[in-house]
Amino acid sequence: MPNQLTTSTSILKAIACLAVAAGLHLGGANAAAAQASVAQAAPKSDVSYFKLANGLEVVVVPDRRAPVVTHMLWYKVGAADEPPGKSGIAHFLEHLLFKGTQKNPGGRFSQTVAAVGGQENAFTSSDYTGYYQRVSKEHLRTLMDFEADRMTGLVLTDEAVVPELKVVLEEQSQRVANNPRARLGEQIEAALFLNHPYGRPLIGWRHEIEALTREDALAFYRQHYSPNNAVLVVAGDVTADEVRALAEETYGKVKPVAQIGPRRRPQEPPHVSPRFLSLADARVQQPSMQRSYLVPSATTAKPGESESLDVLAYVLGHGNTSWLYRKLVVERDIAVGAGSWYRGTALDQTIFGIYGSPKPGTTLSQLEQAMDTAIAEFIAAGVSAQDLDRAKNRLIADSIYARDSQATMARWFGAALTTGGTIASVQGWPDRIRAVSAADVINAAKTWLDKRRSATGYLIKDASQLEDKRS
Amino acid sequence: MIRHRSIRGLLAFCWLAAVAIALAPAPASATNIERVVSPGGIEAWLVREPSLPLIAMNFAFLGGANQDPNEKPGVANMVAAMLDEGAGELNDSAFQRRLEETAFEMRFSVTRDYFYGAARMLRDKQDESLDLLRLALTKPRFDAHAIARIHGQTLAGLRRESTNPTTIATRTWWRRAFANHAYGRPSGGTLESVPTITADDIRGYAKRVLTRSTLKVSVVGDIDAASLGKALDRVFGDLPATGELTPIPERPLDAAGRRVVSQLDVPQSVVLMGGVGLSRKDSDFIPAFVVNHILGGGSFTSRLYDEVRDKRGLAYGVYSYLLPLRHSALFMVSTQASAERTAEAVELIESLVRRMAEDGPTEDELAKAKSYLKGSYALNFDTSAKIANLLLQVQLDDLGIDYIERRNGLIDAVTIADAKRAAKRLAESGLFVTVVGRPKGLESKDPGG
Repeated sequence: MPNQLTTSTSILKAIACLAVAAGLHLGGANAAAAQASVAQAAPKSDVSYFKLANGLEVVVVPDRRAPVVTHMLWYKVGAADEPPGKSGIAHFLEHLLFKGTQKNPGGRFSQTVAAVGGQENAFTSSDYTGYYQRVSKEHLRTLMDFEADRMTGLVLTDEAVVPELKVVLEEQSQRVANNPRARLGEQIEAALFLNHPYGRPLIGWRHEIEALTREDALAFYRQHYSPNNAVLVVAGDVTADEVRALAEETYGKVKPVAQIGPRRRPQEPPHVSPRFLSLADARVQQPSMQRSYLVPSATTAKPGESESLDVLAYVLGHGNTSWLYRKLVVERDIAVGAGSWYRGTALDQTIFGIYGSPKPGTTLSQLEQAMDTAIAEFIAAGVSAQDLDRAKNRLIADSIYARDSQATMARWFGAALTTGGTIASVQGWPDRIRAVSAADVINAAKTWLDKRRSATGYLIKDASQLEDKRS
Repeated sequence: MIRHRSIRGLLAFCWLAAVAIALAPAPASATNIERVVSPGGIEAWLVREPSLPLIAMNFAFLGGANQDPNEKPGVANMVAAMLDEGAGELNDSAFQRRLEETAFEMRFSVTRDYFYGAARMLRDKQDESLDLLRLALTKPRFDAHAIARIHGQTLAGLRRESTNPTTIATRTWWRRAFANHAYGRPSGGTLESVPTITADDIRGYAKRVLTRSTLKVSVVGDIDAASLGKALDRVFGDLPATGELTPIPERPLDAAGRRVVSQLDVPQSVVLMGGVGLSRKDSDFIPAFVVNHILGGGSFTSRLYDEVRDKRGLAYGVYSYLLPLRHSALFMVSTQASAERTAEAVELIESLVRRMAEDGPTEDELAKAKSYLKGSYALNFDTSAKIANLLLQVQLDDLGIDYIERRNGLIDAVTIADAKRAAKRLAESGLFVTVVGRPKGLESKDPGG
């Protein structure tokens, strides 16, 4: 939509690895809404969940409108599970999973997907790694065979690994090094997380990516890729019984190879000091600022807290009717864009972000002060019943729109189940949103929009722009 | 809206998606298309889908950015940004609030040839939703304060893009390839043009372009033909019957063989290459589409993907596509490579394109491509929004309401002789290349002219 500027780039926590038109984009400006639930999206009776004997979890989401299925295999491992010094290995391994197995060497899997007119891709986030194909339903069994085979059968040669590392480095250049806003996003996250590996870039630090080896990839693979650490999601023109039978015949034959312990990452100490940084890049022609606050995720929050943050992100900073947009862009006329977002889907504590781009003539520190003032005014004014209802209805409506896309449905369940959520927690989300009160929203703002728990970044052309205006 | 972080430039991405959809073969069962004509004579194609309480409506008018005044690029883009900024009695914020209250999603966008609208509504809010759409199209306010605000946002975007290598490569390519032609103007406008765009410019464009005479509509969802007929009159009935489009001359690409390198301090170079392609009406378009799929279409098995990415690790993304504009037919290739290896990537791609033109695909490649293109048919019919978009594209390309049923057969009928003949026509006179970055050993070539 041409009249909205997307200002925040740090919010992309998932990388769609291979570039095809059907790439998945998890995360994004509408993260709060994207986390939306599926209670209406899929009536409870429609969605099935079961476990195979080898520990593989299975979710089936029927959608009978077209003779098509979306087949996704999610592993409960992501960039935040990487050993120190090996940042980027989760994503690199995701690329390498396309290099073949003993049974299906080289590109046979991709060639087979192509031969039947399927689309495929894969993605990595901090908490999960996923592989998917979309095909006509009669080919589901074939895909399950291949995907089950590469759960534990990966074969890597230097001939395949060496060029792929270059591809990943090119991807890092494309996503980050070539993009000043993405570089700022990396710096803010590194500053925000004092101890948790969420502070590391999802794609890895370049110097560490450069040093990754075939052995690193295989070690990470053997440690984490196993049926007892994975979730299969099949959405589309199938029944749970069909999927169960096919899954038993394919995935069911894979022996668990890894000992999977609880996912314990180093946690954050109390945050006591606001962090501020700036990134100067000669290419910056439009300055901007972003601030990330450390907040609870849907998994770590107390009951209702994460949903209050969902509504807060919407009322405070989603779209042209939001508080920040009205105050800064419309009323005070000092910004060309301003907003907020919340990434609730995460295993550990997560981020609530605010962002703004000043109009010419306004400095970033003036804008930042105005944002702080606007947030204080928001807390003082409270949320009107109309604003609250509008936000809640709009968030819940997204769960109806989501029913139009089997891929979206598959993604929601997969993301939830690999970050500590359950089918029930996804399905109950609209009801929990409905229960959020105006006081909950204001309490969330008071509690969590605490600068001591934040890192603020300025994107500027050169350091002299900073002046001494920072308060 | 989420900006897609695709490796494809935004334009390339959107376009490719549209083509892939329009060309997809289709299972007849997925689409029972009704031609609905409203009492007032407005036509729409409808696929009824009662299993979800939603309605998707896509529509388009002829004349996108190519109808911008010559000295003021960006007007169409401004119109698209302004239609939901207040209409009728509702000012900008009141209108936006009503959109949210009804959970009605309304998006307008512009390509070189078309002005697009895409709407999604809840079935149970269709009256309120359609009313808002009617207001936006027929009673937009274009208030001065809203225009000023959108100016500011547009300019911020342009400033941001001004040092983005992908934008520079794209803008340079079009400016040089289509000098003194509407296609050479940047659709988004320029830092100079946007501030000069007035309410009169915006109104003038809307009056000339948003008319019933070129309107095409497709609808998918829980609505019957009779209700849709009434809805069409309500939403579009008050638009002017006809407008006044500036004729756009045909312009075959003649810039091939040249290369323009723009220096920018980024570690990775952005490369855009374009040559002559085939028009959508060309009898060899379908064979060319199949050949392009083999060469660089969006799968992990194309020649470009295999040679440039898989074997050599030169790039994260590399792909090609046909771009049949209404007034020029193009074939495009795009990639991004490190400064050290850009020259190698460019030369390799040029040789792969040449080799395809000279020898065509193999029998085996052709068989596999046909299998893929036929098999992937159904994937274009799994969401209402995708079906609506596909039906619209088929209408715009004037392929006929039975096209979706015929599509598989057309792909299947492509022989190796057809493919070889079509391959020779891809970039027949070579490629015009723009590169942005610090590519080692790669210089501009005959950049004048």
